[in-house]
Amino acid sequence: MAIDTERVQTIEEIEPFEAAEEINGGDVVLIDTREPHEYQEAHLENGKLVPPGLLADEIATAAPDKSARTILYCRSGNRSALAAAQLQQLGYENVASMSGGIIQWQEQGLPVVAAHGMTPEQRERYSRHTLLPEVGVDGQVKLLNSKVLLLGAGGLGAPTALYLAAAGVGTIGLVDDDVVDASNLQRQVIHNTERIGMPKTTSARIFIEGLNPDVNVVEHNGRLDASNILDVMKDYDIVVDGADNFPTRYLLNDASVRLKKPVVSASILGFDGQISTFVPFEGPCYRCLYPTPPPAELAPSCSANGVLGVMAGTMGTLQANEVIKLVLGKGEPLIGRLLLYEALGTRFTELKVRRDPECPICGENAEEIPESEMGQFPDYDAFCAGAGGDRQSIA
Amino acid sequence: MSVTVKIPTQLRAATGGEAALEVEGNTVGEVLDAVFDAHNGLKDRITQDGDLRRFVNVYVSGEDIRFQQGLETSINDGDEVTILPAVAGG
Repeated sequence: MAIDTERVQTIEEIEPFEAAEEINGGDVVLIDTREPHEYQEAHLENGKLVPPGLLADEIATAAPDKSARTILYCRSGNRSALAAAQLQQLGYENVASMSGGIIQWQEQGLPVVAAHGMTPEQRERYSRHTLLPEVGVDGQVKLLNSKVLLLGAGGLGAPTALYLAAAGVGTIGLVDDDVVDASNLQRQVIHNTERIGMPKTTSARIFIEGLNPDVNVVEHNGRLDASNILDVMKDYDIVVDGADNFPTRYLLNDASVRLKKPVVSASILGFDGQISTFVPFEGPCYRCLYPTPPPAELAPSCSANGVLGVMAGTMGTLQANEVIKLVLGKGEPLIGRLLLYEALGTRFTELKVRRDPECPICGENAEEIPESEMGQFPDYDAFCAGAGGDRQSIA
Repeated sequence: MSVTVKIPTQLRAATGGEAALEVEGNTVGEVLDAVFDAHNGLKDRITQDGDLRRFVNVYVSGEDIRFQQGLETSINDGDEVTILPAVAGG
């Protein structure tokens, strides 16, 4: 954009130290005429962002009083000079542009509000997050410091891992003892054809590291059971349940209540998905919702029944959404609510889930159970025999 | 009262693939009886000795009947009844 020098000459320009004196004296409207990504890296305290392209539309909100002292700044002083001229045309009576911009302001040792805890690369990468008031720099730093454990790197775990990694969740743990199979690739989007036969945790790690170097991936390539689940879970803030079998789901529930860790739980079959968020003692647990699983003949797996790949993606990304809200402490997580999704009809149904006072794990009179009993339920042995004895595999 | 009953994926083999049924009834028990009249194969899968099997959750317009009056829970016209067992697929 060419600078209209004639116009610029007619505007008042002040040095940063002069601007600072006026700002400290109060009664100044301070306008930042840069782009949002520049603003969020560093800006003057109380500076209101009005990007040059939006000046005509947004200035009336940022500076409603045309007679008030209005100081504009940008990076080096050019854009703010242009904007000052524009404001004068719009009828602003007492406008000044700060020469040298925020660069000279900082060179003179004057203070700015800067994005802490993030590198320049991170500020660029997460700029669309930090622009959201609900996330901001503080929220993004929370995400970067968060630790999330994914049970299963399969149909649900793949899309969840994908979006949590992109979002900058700092540590992602992956539990899975399976290897990538060609039949996974219709829905498990973090794996690929070249990695068929590779452990899923390794394949997922390669994908995540390619997407976002900020994420520390921890592989738990093995089976969870009552003897190791507490140890695996203890270092994580939130657990995402994408297990493919009931014994693991009940085991995870019992361990999460013991450790008071939130679980974002989803399951998928055919065209239908379910999701809820279990926060121990704040809302119901998985056993409050489902005191006992169905018998094996009514508990078909995706490998026996089929599952629509994109529906797994929908449910997994809903899980990622829940995790991010829990980390940020924003919005309304699905606590006490079970959301059903029917992909064929494209319909969502919400059901209420209540804490069960009689719940053997989180109920009023529930006593701590020995670790050897964690994850068990009535007819457990019969169930596991009916399910082929495969009580611990996760995919 | 006329209600829609939603059948989960796992039980659709017993309804010839139908995902939703329209039936009449004044209580959840009556509604389920009407469902069983239409699709007899569902009865043994959902109930045992006249009671709901413990792994089956039934909701009337979003509320779990376990926390209401069970099979005696009354039905209003236009309610949606959802039959829901746990699913483990991931």
